[in-house]
Amino acid sequence: MATTSIALDESPRIRTLLTLADDALILGHRLSEWTGHAPTLEEELALANIALDLIGQARALYQATGIDEDALAYLRDPHQFRNALAVELPNGDFAFTIVRLFLVSAASDAFWRGAVGADDPDIAAIAGKAEKETAYHVRHAADWLVRLGDGTAESHRRAQSALDALWPYTGELTASADRPAWLHAVGPVLQRATLTPPADGWMQSGGRQGRHTEHLGHLLAEMQVLPRTYPGATW
Amino acid sequence: MNTPLWEVFVRARNGLAHKHVGSVHAADATMALQAARDVYTRRGEALSLWVVPSHAIVASDPADRESLFEPTGSKIYRHPTFYEVPDEVGHM
Amino acid sequence: MYTQALNTRETTTESSPDADRFQARIDAEERIEPNDWMPDAYRRSLVRQISQHAHSEVIGMLPEGNWITRAPSLRRKAALLAKVQDEGGHGLYLYSAAETLGVTREELQDQLLTGRARYSSIFNYPTLTWADIGTIGWLVDGAAIMNQIPLCRCSYGPYARAMIRVCREESFHQRQGFEIVLTLCRGTPEQKAMAQDALNRWWWPCLTMFGPPDTDSQHSDTSMQWKIKRFTNDALRQKFVDATVPQGHFLGLTFPDPDLHLDEATGHWQFGAIDWAEFRAVLAGNGPCNRERLEARRKAHDEGAWVRDAALAYAAKQRNAA
Repeated sequence: MATTSIALDESPRIRTLLTLADDALILGHRLSEWTGHAPTLEEELALANIALDLIGQARALYQATGIDEDALAYLRDPHQFRNALAVELPNGDFAFTIVRLFLVSAASDAFWRGAVGADDPDIAAIAGKAEKETAYHVRHAADWLVRLGDGTAESHRRAQSALDALWPYTGELTASADRPAWLHAVGPVLQRATLTPPADGWMQSGGRQGRHTEHLGHLLAEMQVLPRTYPGATW
Repeated sequence: MNTPLWEVFVRARNGLAHKHVGSVHAADATMALQAARDVYTRRGEALSLWVVPSHAIVASDPADRESLFEPTGSKIYRHPTFYEVPDEVGHM
Repeated sequence: MYTQALNTRETTTESSPDADRFQARIDAEERIEPNDWMPDAYRRSLVRQISQHAHSEVIGMLPEGNWITRAPSLRRKAALLAKVQDEGGHGLYLYSAAETLGVTREELQDQLLTGRARYSSIFNYPTLTWADIGTIGWLVDGAAIMNQIPLCRCSYGPYARAMIRVCREESFHQRQGFEIVLTLCRGTPEQKAMAQDALNRWWWPCLTMFGPPDTDSQHSDTSMQWKIKRFTNDALRQKFVDATVPQGHFLGLTFPDPDLHLDEATGHWQFGAIDWAEFRAVLAGNGPCNRERLEARRKAHDEGAWVRDAALAYAAKQRNAA
């Protein structure tokens, strides 16, 4: 049977770019699902802005590989995606969305700040823009997290439950050497939010190796439907 | 309880005054500022933002317009054109 | 995106020194500002029109939002998301303008969610293919622009200012849509068929967006007298048809109207009879998606309640601690 999927020979550089790009694309995609359904009209615009930043980052990173951006987004199979599992999980409620955005953005923020001086000129250039965007994502998510955690009993319960559910997925958000710095960054916000960080224990991982949850296949089936149904068409 | 209303003012460039552009709803000042950023500055319109609780604005009553603003109309000596300077003197 | 000309007529014409002064200001092209004296009927008419317009923007996010996750390229995905986000922004600007008239956004949203308020009937049609996204941008936004540009000169200052902002931001929407349709028309036969099918489904509903024909008017239209509205429904509809038909022919598409022809004498494109029964049915709640659209907004509102409560509770705690 003919397949429209592309085969990739991943150099370490391409693998790094895809890892970063896939995180941004998949999280951006999840955030875009809120459009029309957010808790307030103001938050509709806020989540869309963040999603647009992330899709923009993903495009710049895909383009830096020298491979067609749409082939990378639309014609890879789930096992070829390098994103962390955390970003592909369904949105859940607003608490889950905000807790995830905060935990993931805190890792991206540290990464992009460090990457501004990267040897790879493409990554350094992307970092220059991404670090400002991501700093805002952290701020927006943290401000919401504090309000949810320290708001009502219900919002606290939802935020804590999202934090508990997401914690095992945070192991692959950073290199293990960078985890202490990440913990140091998220700790004070969780404290202000009156939330209890779960103890580090067993961590769910596999995304970086292309071993995903069941959710990514559904997400990609939806995202890729047109280019897969009409191979070779231009949109 | 309704979420409070905030008036939004944007400074487009340094050197310009902040200008009223509209309003947002937010529970507190921090979130109002973020909402104003996301709603009113999506196309590079701003270098600075103010948000002010709508109820904090004290406005003059249009019914007072005549008594407040018309008396100034007769004080033409406040304007430079009231004074005569011969052309030979040049620009002053 | 769009306000529908729903002909919200007020028949009460007050006669008093205040009302006469008010009309004189309108006739002199003065703008009316929030605290100015205005007839109650003018205020009611504005609240109704601006809030209907705001609701239309917010409901309008749903049919287009339906394709954000399936946009066929990253460039299209970003453009569509930015466009739908703009619609939300425009809803927000318009609610802000309505709130200057002494109503709250909560009251207006409640009217929408309980089915007491109207919104543009066009959003009760489904977006079945990607071509619908292009066609909405090309036709629905095209129709919106016809209607909205005159509103930038509306007599009520806050509405006019909101519309200036909306029109400035919308300039990319129609071009974005036309580009999608153009790409489909230049693509594979399947893509072209997709574009033709979308035009077939959207053309007539778009013509009804301008509201009932002028001949249906029984009362003098106070909206015109008050300069809330500056052109009649039929005039705007003709302007839209005249602008759009040549664009469709450029695309190589056929309009689903056997009576459509250019009247050489007037230079206008004459179109066939509009099915007003369908328009009234959709407006009355019996379109293909009326229930789904409202249900989606109700769900978002209900599921967001605990979030809004949390933000308010936190703000109250901070105030008490200060």
